[in-house]
Amino acid sequence: MAGEWLALFRDPNAQWILFGCMLLGLGSGVIGSFAYLRKQSLMGDALAHAALPGVCIAFMLSGSKSILLFLIGAAAAGVVATFGIGFITRHTRIKQDAALAIVLSVFFGIGIVLLTRIQHSGAGNQSGLDKFLFGQAASMVRSDVILMAVISAVLIAVCALLFKEFKLLSFDPGFARGLGYPVAFLEQLIMLLIVIAVVVGIQAVGVVLMAALLITPAVSARYWTEKLGVMVVLSGVIGALSGLVGTYVSASGNNLPTGPLTVLASTVLFVVSVVFAPRRGLLSKVLLRAAARNELRREKEFLLAERRERREEAV
Amino acid sequence: MKRANPLSIEDLSVAYQKKPVLRDITFEAPEGKLIGIVGPNGAGKSTLIKAALGLIPRLSGSVAIYGKPYSEQRKLVGYVPQRESVDWDFPTNALDVVMMGRYGHLGWFRRPGTAEKKRAMECLEKVGMADFAGRQISQLSGGQQQRIFLARALAQDANLYFMDEPFVGVDAATEKAIVTLLNELKTQGKTVLVVHHDLATVKEYFDWVMLLNERLISFGPAETTFTADNLQRAYGGKLTMLDHGDRSAILVSGRG
Amino acid sequence: MSTFWIILTGALVASACGIVGCFLVLRRMALVGDAISHSVLPGIVIAFLISGSRDSLAMMLGAAAIGLVTVFLIQWFHQSGVQSDASIGVVFTALFAVGVVLVSLYTRHIDLDLDCVLYGEIAYVPWNTIELAGIDIGPKAVWGVGIALALILALLFLFYKQFKICSFDPAMAAAVGIPVALFHYLLMGLVSVTTVASFESVGAILVVGMLVVPPATAYLLTEKLGRMIAYSVAIGCASSVLGYGLASLLDASIAGCMIAVAGGLFLVALLFSPSHGVIFRKLRQKRMIRHRTAS
Repeated sequence: MAGEWLALFRDPNAQWILFGCMLLGLGSGVIGSFAYLRKQSLMGDALAHAALPGVCIAFMLSGSKSILLFLIGAAAAGVVATFGIGFITRHTRIKQDAALAIVLSVFFGIGIVLLTRIQHSGAGNQSGLDKFLFGQAASMVRSDVILMAVISAVLIAVCALLFKEFKLLSFDPGFARGLGYPVAFLEQLIMLLIVIAVVVGIQAVGVVLMAALLITPAVSARYWTEKLGVMVVLSGVIGALSGLVGTYVSASGNNLPTGPLTVLASTVLFVVSVVFAPRRGLLSKVLLRAAARNELRREKEFLLAERRERREEAV
Repeated sequence: MKRANPLSIEDLSVAYQKKPVLRDITFEAPEGKLIGIVGPNGAGKSTLIKAALGLIPRLSGSVAIYGKPYSEQRKLVGYVPQRESVDWDFPTNALDVVMMGRYGHLGWFRRPGTAEKKRAMECLEKVGMADFAGRQISQLSGGQQQRIFLARALAQDANLYFMDEPFVGVDAATEKAIVTLLNELKTQGKTVLVVHHDLATVKEYFDWVMLLNERLISFGPAETTFTADNLQRAYGGKLTMLDHGDRSAILVSGRG
Repeated sequence: MSTFWIILTGALVASACGIVGCFLVLRRMALVGDAISHSVLPGIVIAFLISGSRDSLAMMLGAAAIGLVTVFLIQWFHQSGVQSDASIGVVFTALFAVGVVLVSLYTRHIDLDLDCVLYGEIAYVPWNTIELAGIDIGPKAVWGVGIALALILALLFLFYKQFKICSFDPAMAAAVGIPVALFHYLLMGLVSVTTVASFESVGAILVVGMLVVPPATAYLLTEKLGRMIAYSVAIGCASSVLGYGLASLLDASIAGCMIAVAGGLFLVALLFSPSHGVIFRKLRQKRMIRHRTAS
């Protein structure tokens, strides 16, 4: 068993893939924390689905499978999608959730239409694009992984540099505007970072499950701490750990797709957080509620005793 | 045998997570009174109503409506929730909302028919909204929406009413309409508990007052209960009283 | 004949989704619908592994159960302090991942094509027929979706007023003694059943489009719940028929085209609806300003 472990890690290609997935988990965990605090968790989901038509159009126009072109296509589609969601909620009585679901499904529907067009036309190198639905890290080549690693590193660097700005933006955008921060620009920047994380992640975990990498580590991290800095780092670590476990299990030869396994790994970490986290966790909450009940009872007994004493004194 | 009081609450405590919002509330509401529930923000006024109606879980205590548990007496109770608690973009008209007041009486399978429609129209007339029966609810003003909610409660044909902040954000005409309605209910011998914010109008609108701040501070007829002393206890130091002869103006500092 | 069956299936799917979708949109639970449509996947696979067949009834029960589990988990996490949309995201991705892993693990034992689960193959519907007493009584999918639709219609007929008040004012509904939780889970159960009945034809992911887009379009066109449901069904049927036509024209995924058409119809309503359309509202505003400045 241990031998297999080592053998797997000695293969340079596997090393690269593992490294790439961990960086991806780290990057999306970090940016996901800001999305979570800005109450935009499912925006990642919408952007991931919306990326599909963008990627397809990029492929149709260029005929090549280049991450950079995909990134541009997905970013363009993402911008259109966020604009669409904003337009619907601002101009009609349709609420945010329905607007998100509409944009997500319509974009994805169009994406599927384009995808089947590409497949049926025969010109497309199929193996590339249909992996996009669930991701297949094993099929990535070294140059893909290097690009992924570079982009993830840039993502993390931007978050580190603008930490203070993003923090204020997540907590109190109105105040940030008052301080003269370019709030609209920063909001778009966060959106762009999410799109970048999504596009990078699509190859490894796929369109459908990319949302999990943005949401689950952030929510898990929130359980353990009240400090934003700690939360962001923790979320990144949880994401990286999930990427590690997912890639490892997938690569150990049972032909399971990487994406779902990575998501399951992060879900396990989430469940652990839900149950065992101090203060917010389930266990400690049960204890707290019992304590509240006890306290109330004790208080009442104390009051009763006091009243009795007073009555006795009066007698 | 003496008839049981409309509402008797014993030893009621409610907590959200760890923090108790109501402690050891015990009182008996007398029949045929307009009762104002007053207290600072976060005193648990709405929570008291919701706990009495069983909409939120209680930590301890019991609630009886005319001597029996609420689940057996639902038809005797009318409820006016806070206006913001529903989505006014819902595709329906005013008459339809008022008819919802009859749903409790209809039981599981019966559908609202002409009798319910007639009753709903009567209730709309009572709040002066008969002309708006067919109007889509999002096109009504805040005060008109509040009156629709009152009409719906009237359609419930209850003996005991709970109203959660009916005076918030309404125009003067609606405020007057609500007061007239409250007095009409009173003359019919019904009991009404109203969560109220505006201390200046408490004595004018209600004959009984409950002062609440996590605990029951005081409960009784307005003249003896709504006193400077009791108010000071309910609001702590956030209150300043200015005496102007027999009318006293009350200022609540901070967010009232 | 096969075209007829395909269009009939599409129309049945659209009707079933259009009805339950109205309540999802009005209750601001569109994304819960999205979550359920993803998370029925493991339910379908598990039901398939246990029963060993693509028996519609077993699958429907499995899916309804897992749909309720999804809703329960979402609410539970939300109550324990997770933001509601994040808890939706965590739950459905986890369950969907379980489903995909199960499909990949048992791929040799299951003739469940992952692509088919994802974006449906309504084109195969006419060839998968069932026989009763030796007589071919039509495609399985038609019966499956038909039964789901009949169930929805029956429940809606019996409990229309309950569904309505629970969507508009749940606190009031609870206060007058309507079992709000029961109707909540009943609705969620119906969403799950609809999803699983539709997944063969439109796929697990695009079901959400049929659940949300036609009702949202109808929401822009009317002020009455009854009419909203009727319009939603009509718009859904129109999208499925037009979508089928578009798909045969483009030689592309039928389900994808159906959603694309539904999206197109939504866009038309968004711009040109007489009461809520952007353009008419702008015009009315302008007229009002002109009116005011004139007087």
